[in-house]
Amino acid sequence: MRYAYYTLAFVVVLLISVMGTRGLLSTRPPIQVFPDMDHQAKYKPQASSKFFADGRADRPIPAGTVPFGRNARQADPAFLGADEFHYAGKAADGSFARGFPVAVTQDLLAQGQGRYQIYCAPCHGTLGDGNGITKAYGMLVTPTYHDDRLRGLAEGEIFNTITHGKNTMMPYADKLSPDERWAVVAYVRALQRAHHATLDDVPAELRGGLK
Amino acid sequence: MSKIFPKSANALPLQIVIFLFVLGGVAAAGITYYATPAYLRVGYQPVQPVPFDHSLHAGQLGMDCRYCHASVEKSATSSVPAAQTCMNCHSIIKPQSPLLEVVRQSYQTGDPVPWVKIHQNPDYVYFNHSVHVARGVSCVECHGKVNEMVTVQQAKPHSMSWCLDCHRNPAPRLRAPGDVYNLDSPTLAEQGKLAQAQGYIHDWKVNAPTSCSGCHR
Repeated sequence: MRYAYYTLAFVVVLLISVMGTRGLLSTRPPIQVFPDMDHQAKYKPQASSKFFADGRADRPIPAGTVPFGRNARQADPAFLGADEFHYAGKAADGSFARGFPVAVTQDLLAQGQGRYQIYCAPCHGTLGDGNGITKAYGMLVTPTYHDDRLRGLAEGEIFNTITHGKNTMMPYADKLSPDERWAVVAYVRALQRAHHATLDDVPAELRGGLK
Repeated sequence: MSKIFPKSANALPLQIVIFLFVLGGVAAAGITYYATPAYLRVGYQPVQPVPFDHSLHAGQLGMDCRYCHASVEKSATSSVPAAQTCMNCHSIIKPQSPLLEVVRQSYQTGDPVPWVKIHQNPDYVYFNHSVHVARGVSCVECHGKVNEMVTVQQAKPHSMSWCLDCHRNPAPRLRAPGDVYNLDSPTLAEQGKLAQAQGYIHDWKVNAPTSCSGCHR
């Protein structure tokens, strides 16, 4: 009987030596003890496909596709992206529009600040001065928002630049919805205004803290 | 007639039964320890086609998770970035790097970069990223400190019992909305603000389901 326990102890030691402990790094795919229905014959987002020629399960959006799921019973200028001002930043005559198609509120600015700090600040800097973290790594061409040229841009042109990119800046339309882009435009305007602000712009009761 | 069995054999049946219990216990312990995702999945660190360094981008450079994983707030899936996202910077920064050749190829041809998926939920699990991050569940709760990983590995088991640990008692794992994407931030409970987390559960209607259909359909 004693030998049975010796054998068991040996097997346990052997097992631990071979299997190791939890959390060991491995480049091999996990072993599935009970595969159950873990892998089903269906496509998940960004999965691969043997059926489509390009090997992707996600299909590119065909030309002319319209957004689905809007409330068709209400008049909706956004439907079909027909509102040139809201969706292209263009005025009726085709030039870049000035002003905002959405109400500029504190909430919009807060949203714009959040989006700006994620998607814009790496290059343009948190202050909009073009001194983002990428400058230290060789992105030298990022302009500051605070010169007269960029302060004089129409809001629609800033919107257009976010949508389509410009020069070395690539489009951000895939990351920012049109409404988010307008929020960012509003925040860029706020940065520009803050940069050129004088003491007169500060409410009288708050000036004491700045002197 | 001589005895076939010595007297000590009288105790043998009991000893065998005891041994079988010990054997069963050892086997159960071994299976519990080794045949569960905590052993099988944690530590999975596949070789990726591009040696993307999260500790550099998300850690040192301080980029937000959402710069690349842009759909995490808006959809069930936290998207893997398109090659264009890389090229936003890498068209200028290290444009000749051989490590980025796969990305440049992908950007030019449109063929996806063959990233290896690490966190693979079973196909009968319908996990939704957006509801979790919108309710104060940080990336770090499920993915670990990716901002410190040179090569990403699976840090948490993602087993069903592990999901339920939080779903049954979410309050200690919640963060304030501004801290969800800050992987170094402490939870509200760690800051001694458990009451605030419980307030969020009430105010945001955090209703982590523990019924089957909450996650399975």
